[in-house]
Amino acid sequence: MRTLSARVGLALVAVTLVLAVVGPWVWGEEAVRFDPLHTLEGHSSAHWLGTDDGGRDMLARTLAATRLSVWLAFLATLIGACLGVTLGALPSVLGPRGARAVTAVINGLVAIPVLLLAMFAALVAGTGTTGAVVGIGVASAPGLARLTRTLAAGVEGADYVLAARMLGTGRLRVLTRHVLPNIAEPLILSVTASLGYALLGLATLSLLGLGVRPPEYDWGRLLHDALPRVYVDPEVIAGPALAVAVAGIGFTLVGESLARAAARAPVPPGDGEEADVPLGRSPRPGPSGALLEVRDLTVSFGGVTPVRGVSFGVAPGEVVGIVGESGSGKSLTALAVGGLVPYPGRVRGSVLLEGRPLLSLSRSELGTRLAMVFQDPMAALNPALRVGPQLAETGTVHLGLTRRSALARAVARLERTGVPGARARAHPHELSGGMRQRAVIAMGLMGDPRLIVADEPTTALDATVQRRVLDLLAEINAASGTAALLISHDIAVVSSRCSRVLVMYAGRIVEELPSDALRSARHPYTRALVASVPTLDTDRAEPLATIPGAQPAPSDVPAGCAFAPRCARATSLCTTALPAFESGVACHHPHEERPRAGEEEW
Amino acid sequence: MKDDGGLRVSGMRVRYGDLTAVDGVSFTIGKGEILGLVGESGSGKSSVGRALAGLVPYEGDVTGAGPTQMVFQDPYGSLNPRLRIGDAVAEGLGRGGTRAVRKAEGLRLLGLVGLDEGVAGRYPRELSGGQRQRVALARALGARPSLLIADEITSALDVSVQGAVLNLVRELRGRLGLSVLFVSHDLAVVRYVCDAVAVMREGRIVESGTVEHVTEHPGHEYTKALLDAVPRLR
Repeated sequence: MRTLSARVGLALVAVTLVLAVVGPWVWGEEAVRFDPLHTLEGHSSAHWLGTDDGGRDMLARTLAATRLSVWLAFLATLIGACLGVTLGALPSVLGPRGARAVTAVINGLVAIPVLLLAMFAALVAGTGTTGAVVGIGVASAPGLARLTRTLAAGVEGADYVLAARMLGTGRLRVLTRHVLPNIAEPLILSVTASLGYALLGLATLSLLGLGVRPPEYDWGRLLHDALPRVYVDPEVIAGPALAVAVAGIGFTLVGESLARAAARAPVPPGDGEEADVPLGRSPRPGPSGALLEVRDLTVSFGGVTPVRGVSFGVAPGEVVGIVGESGSGKSLTALAVGGLVPYPGRVRGSVLLEGRPLLSLSRSELGTRLAMVFQDPMAALNPALRVGPQLAETGTVHLGLTRRSALARAVARLERTGVPGARARAHPHELSGGMRQRAVIAMGLMGDPRLIVADEPTTALDATVQRRVLDLLAEINAASGTAALLISHDIAVVSSRCSRVLVMYAGRIVEELPSDALRSARHPYTRALVASVPTLDTDRAEPLATIPGAQPAPSDVPAGCAFAPRCARATSLCTTALPAFESGVACHHPHEERPRAGEEEW
Repeated sequence: MKDDGGLRVSGMRVRYGDLTAVDGVSFTIGKGEILGLVGESGSGKSSVGRALAGLVPYEGDVTGAGPTQMVFQDPYGSLNPRLRIGDAVAEGLGRGGTRAVRKAEGLRLLGLVGLDEGVAGRYPRELSGGQRQRVALARALGARPSLLIADEITSALDVSVQGAVLNLVRELRGRLGLSVLFVSHDLAVVRYVCDAVAVMREGRIVESGTVEHVTEHPGHEYTKALLDAVPRLR
C-alpha cells in the first residue's frame, strides 16, 4: 500500500467519506432552499456552479448528495456480495450433480452484459431508488459468484479438505470451517474494488432516469436534471460529474491496490538491515590450480543470510558432494556458483572458475564452461520447442556453429547421454522424467564444460531412473574428466558418487571429509545424519536414530554453533562461540577420528 | 498373511477415464499389521490408498476395512492454515461430548504423537514439517480408525526428522493395534516400518510377502531392480 496509486486512492476515499458524513449537515439546508428569482443560472459569485430549476445551489447539492450516493453504493455492493458469495458457495454444499448445475448457471449469468442485467433487475424490483440499488447489486453478483466458485474449487482440492471429509465433517461445515476462511481475503478485496463500480453504475442508472427520484437526489440524479443544459451552462454538471469521478476512481484504486498487495507473495525485505554475519574460519580453499574456487561466499536477502561464509574448492576432474537438509543453504550455494542468485539476493565473497572471477566471464564462456542441472528438468526445457533444436541453440549462440552442425552436435550429445537420436524431434512433454533430465545434461554438454553443477538432479526421479542418471554423470566424469559438484539432501546418493563430501548446516560448512569416512565422521551432526538414514541393513528391532528439534530457519540462526540446541555434546561454549573450521570440522567437541571399540554411537 | 478379520481386498480396479491405474489388485492386511505398498511413480500404489480411503471410486471387493483414515504426503497442504492445531485435531472427534471433553481428548491425542500441549493453540505455519505430520496423525487417530493409510508420509520430510515419524508409526501400531497400509517408494523405509510388503508395477502387484523374505530373497526381476537401486552409504 505504499505505491502512488494506493496513496491517491486512499486520499480520494477519505475525502469522499468525510463529505458523506458531514455533507448533509453543512450543506443540506442550502441544497434544498428554493430561490425562484435565481433559477437555471450559470456560474456567479453567489453560486459557483450555478443553480437548478428551483434556484438551488448546484455546489451545495453536489456536496450534500455525497451521503446518499455512497450509501446506495454500499447497499448495492452488500446485495451483490451476499448474492454472489452465496451463489458461488452453493455448489460446495450440493451434491456433484447440483454443483454442476449451479456452476453452469453462474457461467451463463457471467455471459450476460452487466448493464443489461442491471436494467432488467431494476425494472423487476420496481422503479426508483430500490430498483436501482437492487439492479446494480444483482448485476455485480455473477462475477463475484464465479470468483467465489473458482477460489472454493481450488481450496476443495486441498488435502486438508479431503482429510475433513474422511473424518465425516459435513459439507456445510467444510464450507464454513475450511473453505470460506481460506478464500475470504481475495473475496474481500474484490468486494472493495466493486464499490467503485457500484457507485458508477448507480450514477449511470440515475442519469438514465431509472434511479433516484425527486425529491431525493444523488449525483446521477443531479446529472440527469442538469444534462439538458450542458451546452448552455456546462459548469452545472461539473460538480456531480467530478464527484462521481473522484469517488469512483478512489474506491477502485484502493480495491486494486489491496488486491495487488495481497497477490504479491511475501517478498524478502529488499532493503532491510544487512545482518552482520560472523564468517567464522571456513575450510581452506582447494589447492591452487583448482577448477572451482569459492571463498567466503555469503548470500543474503535483506536481513536474512541463508549462506554464511562458505569456502571450498573443486579440483579438475573431481566429483565433490554437498549434502544438507532443507534450509542448509546448499541450493543457494549452487546458484551462486552459477551466478544465478535471484533478485534481490546479494552475493559476497568470490567464486573463481579456472582462476578467473565468475563475473569477468562472458555469458558464452559461462554457458560453455559450466553446466547446471536442476531438480526439475521440465523447468529447464522450453515446452514449446523440440528438444534437438533447443539444444542446438547453445551451439549457434555460444559456439558460433551453423544450424546444421549445431543440430548434428545436439543429436550426438543426446545419444551420448542415452537419449535416442530420433527423440531429438520430440517435445519435452513427450519424454519421460529420466529422459528429460538426460536431455538437460546433454544441453550442458553442448559446450565442453569443465564443471557440472547438479542440484538435486535425481530427487524428482524414481529410484531405478535415479541410478541410471547418476551412472551417466559418473560416466561423463570418467570419460571426459568433467568435474562435478553434486548437491543433494540424500547422504547415500552423495556418498556413493563423490570422492569428497561437504556437509552444510544452517548456511555453513560444518564438515569436510572423504565420502568413505562418513561412518566415522567427526561432527556430531554428520554422525547423527548418517545414523538416521534407514538402509537395507538397519536393525529393525531398534528405533531409528533421530535428531531432536529442527534446523533453524535462515532468519533465526543462533549465535555460536547452530547445531548446539540439538547436540548431545554441546556445552555452554557451543552456544556462545562460533566453532572455527579446523582440520575438516567446525566443532568445539568433535568425535575422535575413529570411533573406539564400544564407543557409544550417536 | 493371516485371516483374522483384518482387511481383505480382492480384484480392486481403479480407473480414471480411459486410464486403468489399478488393475486387479488383491491383498490382505491382518489386524495390527503394517503392509508396505512399494512402487515407482505411476505404479498405482497411491490410487490403492485413495480408493480404500473412499477418495476415488473403485471396482472389486473390500471386506473388513472398518473405519479408515489417511495421512497425506505433504504436511504443508494437509492442515488448514486458518485452524489452530487443537481445533484441527478435534475435527475427528465428532460433535458429541462437551467442549471440555473434546479439548481434553485433543490434548490426549497430541500427547499420543509426542507433541506437548502448547502446540494446541498454535497455527500450522508455526510448526516444522515433522511436527505437522504428527498433527495429521493425531487428527486421523481421533476418529479411532481400524485402518490407517499412510501415503508417502515421510517423503517430504528431512531425513533427520523422518526417523521420528517412522518410529511413531511403529509405536502406534503396537499400542493401538492399528492396521496400516504404508504407501512408499522407498524400500529401505518400507523394510524398516512394515511387516509385509507388496511390490506394484503398472497397476499390478508383482510380488508380495514378508519384508524379510522380499528384501532378502526377491523373486521378481523388478523387485531386484528396485533393491539394487537403493543408494547405499559407502
